[in-house]
Amino acid sequence: MTAVMSKKVLGLAPMSNNKMIRSFISEKAQALILPMAGIFCFMLLWSFTASSIDTSLGKFPGPSAVATQVVNLIDEHNAERDKEDAFYIRQDARNKLRMAKDPSYQPKVRIYTGKETFLDQIFTSLVTVISGFLVAAVIAIPLGIAIGLSKTLNTAINPIIQIFKPVSPLAWLPIVTMVVSALYVSPDPMFAKSFITSLITVTLCSLWPMVINTSFGVASMNQDWVNVSKVLSLPKHVHIQKIVLPASIPAIFTGMRMSLGIAWMVLIAAEMLAQNPGLGKFVWDEFQNGSSQSLSRIMTAVLTIGLIGYLLDRTMLQLQRILSWDKSSAQL
Amino acid sequence: MSIILDISKVDMVFPTPKGDFTALKGVDLQIKKGEFISLIGHSGCGKSTVLNIVACLHRATLGGVLLHNKEVTEPGPERAVVFQNHSLLPWLTAYQNIELAVKQVFKNKMSPAEMKEWIEHNLRLVHMDHAKDKRPDEISGGMKQRIGIARALAMKPEVLLMDEPFGALDALTRAHMQDSLMEIQQKLNNTVIMITHDVDEAVLLSDRIVMMTNGPAATIGEILDVNLPHPRNRLALAEDVEYNRLRSAVLTFLYEKQRKVETIPISEATKTTAKTQTKQNTSSVA
Repeated sequence: MTAVMSKKVLGLAPMSNNKMIRSFISEKAQALILPMAGIFCFMLLWSFTASSIDTSLGKFPGPSAVATQVVNLIDEHNAERDKEDAFYIRQDARNKLRMAKDPSYQPKVRIYTGKETFLDQIFTSLVTVISGFLVAAVIAIPLGIAIGLSKTLNTAINPIIQIFKPVSPLAWLPIVTMVVSALYVSPDPMFAKSFITSLITVTLCSLWPMVINTSFGVASMNQDWVNVSKVLSLPKHVHIQKIVLPASIPAIFTGMRMSLGIAWMVLIAAEMLAQNPGLGKFVWDEFQNGSSQSLSRIMTAVLTIGLIGYLLDRTMLQLQRILSWDKSSAQL
Repeated sequence: MSIILDISKVDMVFPTPKGDFTALKGVDLQIKKGEFISLIGHSGCGKSTVLNIVACLHRATLGGVLLHNKEVTEPGPERAVVFQNHSLLPWLTAYQNIELAVKQVFKNKMSPAEMKEWIEHNLRLVHMDHAKDKRPDEISGGMKQRIGIARALAMKPEVLLMDEPFGALDALTRAHMQDSLMEIQQKLNNTVIMITHDVDEAVLLSDRIVMMTNGPAATIGEILDVNLPHPRNRLALAEDVEYNRLRSAVLTFLYEKQRKVETIPISEATKTTAKTQTKQNTSSVA
């Protein structure tokens, strides 16, 4: 298609269009080639440096060691899944046999308790970060709107926000753990306690950037739009729904993207510290394990954490592009 | 004709850190139904404040505003405002911007089909029916202001308040908009208060021109009746004796009787109003 077009165009005005096409191609190419070149240089530097660092667990893992581990970790995951399937097949067969012998027998179904693989841990961390983030959003956005709309509320709450904002959620972790253990007691819990603890930690750190940005967005709303709403005598709930919320969407998204980035970083640390299932626990377990493969597996986890963080941010950006009217604020 | 709107002995005092600042003093004006009033004066003289008091976006310190002999205490669609910076909601299309107003004002009085017809009627009135699904950032400044006017007209206001509606437009677009406004006024015969800086605009559009003295404590200086027959044509009027007499009367008032003298106390006083004005401007830019 482009080839046909460019031929046609070339036929009409060879010189200028040729230049235009060239500059178009070079623009596209630059956007592709430059990052590739950057990554390539990084890889070179990495593998060169890696080979010259010796640790008690062997050489520092280079790119090839990480690549091997990616394959290993996926293989291990598949092997674990095969084991699980085999377990259930065995259990089924056993139960059927008992039932055939003794019709009154109540079959026992036990859940497979294999060790969590790398991919399982990724999934756990992702579910935790997204749930914690959503809980934070549900609290922070209405609170931010309320603070943004009311100077009184803002003056009253601002000192509390300013004091709690700089607290690392990890400092909260022991308290959260104890409170969850004390309050979340049920014989058949819907969620694991570790999940609740991680979730609350994520929520605590996601809350503040969202509250602050939302209230800022609401408070700095264009006064003309407020006047339009006044002239129309919009009732309070319509005013919030039709004017305030859309007007502050760009600021809300800025806060959400900041929050999600922080949440992801904090979650990994919290999982390491509290030994809650997730990528952080994977890293810590490998560190404690101390095999010759440990460092390369940790390195794989590090890169995975980075990649997922990047993808989470990209997802938010894409969401912002779809939902926000202000396309100029939805930049990188 | 009956008096529809009575601006009765209005004083406006803004408290500032340096003490009270009297922006308006004894502004008194009665407006008849179907009258087109222009409010003209130097910047900072409190024209916008008068308009905001009529709209109830500000409350007068003394005196008040009566609509049909009833005091108005809060903003309402029967006193629709066309803002200087169009103030369309950028996340809504032209149609939706008007729809928001129509849905609010005629909630239980129109069926959905009637509302749609009414919105489209108002878009046609300002010649913007072709751009009904465009968002404000996709259309030009003049088009945005047309939508802003359509939105105000769609509220079927008793009094239409226009705050320098064409101030942000280039001269040619402004002339087009003035012609459109005259055409609409010919059809609807609304009661209008329009703030303007533009002497030609005031003479061309108005039935009366209200000229304000310089602040602080600004008030109505002179009122000029414009008895030119409708419809008015800007080209024909350029040679008209009466038109030119009115025009020079306004110019004389502005540049001889109320020439802006920048002495120290006045400049300090205007600084406070200028500050509130720039605040509005920056917020609208953001």
